[in-house]
Amino acid sequence: MAKHRGRGIASINYPIGMNLGGDPSQALVHSNPSGKFTVSMSSIDLGQGMKSVTRQICAETLGVPVEDVYVDTADSDTGPHCMGSFASRGTHRVGNAVMAAAREARGVMMEAAAEELEVNAADLETDGRGNIHVKGAPHRSISTKDVAIAAQFKQGKTISGRGIFLVPLSEVNPETGEMSPATCYAHACLVAEVEVDDETGEVAMVRMDSAYELGRALNPRLVEQQLVGGAWMGISHALFETPEPYYPNPAHGPRDFVEYLMPGPGDICPHDIAVLERPAADGPFGAKGPGEMCANPVLPAVANAIFNAVGVRMDELPITPEKVLRAIKAQGGARPQARR
Amino acid sequence: MLELRKDIFADERDDNLKEIGKGTQRQDMLGHVTGTSTYFDDHKLQGMLHLKVLRSPHAHARLRRIDTMEAERSPGVRRIIRGADVPRNLNTLLSLINFGKDDEPSLAVDKVRYKGEPIVAIVADSPREAFEAMAKVRVDYEPLPAVFDVEEAIKPGAPVVNEVYPKNTFIYHDVYDHQKLRFGDVERGFAEADHVLEQRYQMSPIEHAPTETNGSIAAPDTNGRYVVYTSTQALFFSLDTCAKILDVPSNTFHFIGGTVGGGFGGKVDTLTEPLAILGAMLTGRPVRYQLGREEEMQFGSPRGAERIYIKDGVMRDGRIVARKIRAYFDSGAYTRLSSYAVVKCVAHLPGPYTIPNVHGDVYCVFTNRTPATAMRGFGVTAMDFALECQMDKLAHLVGIDPMEFRILNAYRDGDMKAHRREAKNTALIECVQVAAEKAKWPLREEMKRMSSRKDGGGSRAAIPATPLEAVAQRAAVSQQRTTYDRAQPATIQQPPPLTPTPPPPRPPAPSPSHGATRFSSVFGTRRR
Repeated sequence: MAKHRGRGIASINYPIGMNLGGDPSQALVHSNPSGKFTVSMSSIDLGQGMKSVTRQICAETLGVPVEDVYVDTADSDTGPHCMGSFASRGTHRVGNAVMAAAREARGVMMEAAAEELEVNAADLETDGRGNIHVKGAPHRSISTKDVAIAAQFKQGKTISGRGIFLVPLSEVNPETGEMSPATCYAHACLVAEVEVDDETGEVAMVRMDSAYELGRALNPRLVEQQLVGGAWMGISHALFETPEPYYPNPAHGPRDFVEYLMPGPGDICPHDIAVLERPAADGPFGAKGPGEMCANPVLPAVANAIFNAVGVRMDELPITPEKVLRAIKAQGGARPQARR
Repeated sequence: MLELRKDIFADERDDNLKEIGKGTQRQDMLGHVTGTSTYFDDHKLQGMLHLKVLRSPHAHARLRRIDTMEAERSPGVRRIIRGADVPRNLNTLLSLINFGKDDEPSLAVDKVRYKGEPIVAIVADSPREAFEAMAKVRVDYEPLPAVFDVEEAIKPGAPVVNEVYPKNTFIYHDVYDHQKLRFGDVERGFAEADHVLEQRYQMSPIEHAPTETNGSIAAPDTNGRYVVYTSTQALFFSLDTCAKILDVPSNTFHFIGGTVGGGFGGKVDTLTEPLAILGAMLTGRPVRYQLGREEEMQFGSPRGAERIYIKDGVMRDGRIVARKIRAYFDSGAYTRLSSYAVVKCVAHLPGPYTIPNVHGDVYCVFTNRTPATAMRGFGVTAMDFALECQMDKLAHLVGIDPMEFRILNAYRDGDMKAHRREAKNTALIECVQVAAEKAKWPLREEMKRMSSRKDGGGSRAAIPATPLEAVAQRAAVSQQRTTYDRAQPATIQQPPPLTPTPPPPRPPAPSPSHGATRFSSVFGTRRR
């Protein structure tokens, strides 16, 4: 009786957004007379950081500091339509809508600044710190606050913008499945190392190394949070969770977190992540979306690592100690494969 | 730990940005860490009532009789809501975008199709009084044979789960019981292959397990409107679903979402909002309906299970030449969103690899279990598990390192994908290379030199000759259209009065009805 270590890999891609109804989202951006901007949306921040990512997209596009932008969400009276927060669509779809709205608002802001500075708007640029100045002549400058005051009380302009992002629906061919299901794809490869106890059937995570290609990490800390949390969910799905342990038999359903097992702090492992950025042509600043895909490579990588450790193929989830032990027994003991 | 590999694909990016790429603190961080972010359930309103539903103890049963007489007299009960009280008691979520038929009642009428299906809703002064009244509802069930296995469900003679889909499968393009993918000739590929490997994979259902269970609070607002605080992941999806079920214009509602205590796909289904609003309409009082933990685990929709069969043909040099897939998605008793997951899955085949012959048949199957719904990686997670376990087995079979086996078969820019679109902006090879580097997994030099941007296209860009089966006659034009608007009902019903009204007397034995007169029968009638 012994503990055996093994490594397994999986590589995947993931489609961003969905091919239903054009998958639209809208956003509105406007400035108050102090040059502070509000983004109005009905989109939902589920904790993934939609408000923060769209805030950065809006600030970058307007050319103002992020502190000058506030994102207001989740109100059907003030926020325009959004399909919802699912299908890894938040950063890409909602981000694009915010970008379009911010671009339109920036256009008005630059026109208003041009009128105040008595120059052509095309000759102006923003410094990202709250000022607009003539290109190559930073002393000929006006603050976004003064522009907003002038627009509201002198020029009669609304510094505001509307944005929508829509991908026309792609018909699905009934005979061949031909379709345009998504506009861009994120990628990943993950290596999992496990330790399998051939006496108890228990699988312990040892470590994970991964590479994710996400177009652009708009906020690397939010990306890290998604990838670390998503990998935990993957471990949980691979080794612990199910409301129907003997599926398709529906019996033995859990009723609470005492009966529904998930990994605790002692069950997780170090996870070393690399992020690659190959910008998507239609993503906001090239961004795709890390939301859903991050759990996906963990499941097969763990199953493949178990094979490498003890030589059994686990083709049914979750991979419980009971299943591992039965499989080891059926093949007459652990058969460790070549160490990698 | 996260490392940004800015050296890779650097020539495709402008990294000279001011706010993008910074790890700026979240806008809502302070609220989260100080416990002041508001959730839907923080809106405790004056005079708020509580709604609980009576759920079926049977997986499949006819409802002979529902007797609520005693429950209505129970202390604290304000209103008992039955199927007949729901203006349009049949819906399917994706009907908003014209995909699928209405197949699920808000409250069961003549039959229950899964254990836990709601039958009547009780609105009472307190949750305890609602539960006490619930114990006094008498339901006469006639248990029916149930089916739980996807492949059993599609056999002739299997119990019909949902009469809207009498063959226990969702219907694609009005004619097929599955979605097809056809690219090249897999049978020829298998004939040429050095090895053929066929395997079966079984996913388990899992729970979203959100910290905050599904719920909402609906309250009469001024001027005939209703304000709804909700945990939804999709504000307008939920709002428009409620407008349809309750048969009122969408601007009757002011939906307010906010901080959500975990979604992962489990808060799209609009499980609580329609009944909470109807409760507010019928009582004139704020009504709160939140699932308990056991309800969330057992009857809040889970990620459905999938069964997947993969047959691959592979050459000794490691090239995969044919991949044939048959998969069954267990949708439970109603469609919810599984119908779309099938389409998404078909588009995902054969994984991020260039394979000249691919064949896919994916089914959305109805069984007598809790309806499944979206969850993180919907339509793809299960297939990736099966595909990547299969890739490992194929690599083992031909004696090639599993990393190198992926690089060898990876799709590259310019390749034709099986759904007949050119691959662009690919990066699988680079991910494998970087992961190998991080894990100190040795790769041969020639594998390190491979690139997603090189050696794609050319002969790999061709759409191969594809033998097709006889084309089935389509009964109607495409079911999948972009129109978000639904046809207006022939008669607009007045919204119920805003003042509290006592429950009207009930007929002693109500005949099964879905309430809305335009549904002449429970099943089969579909509004276009």
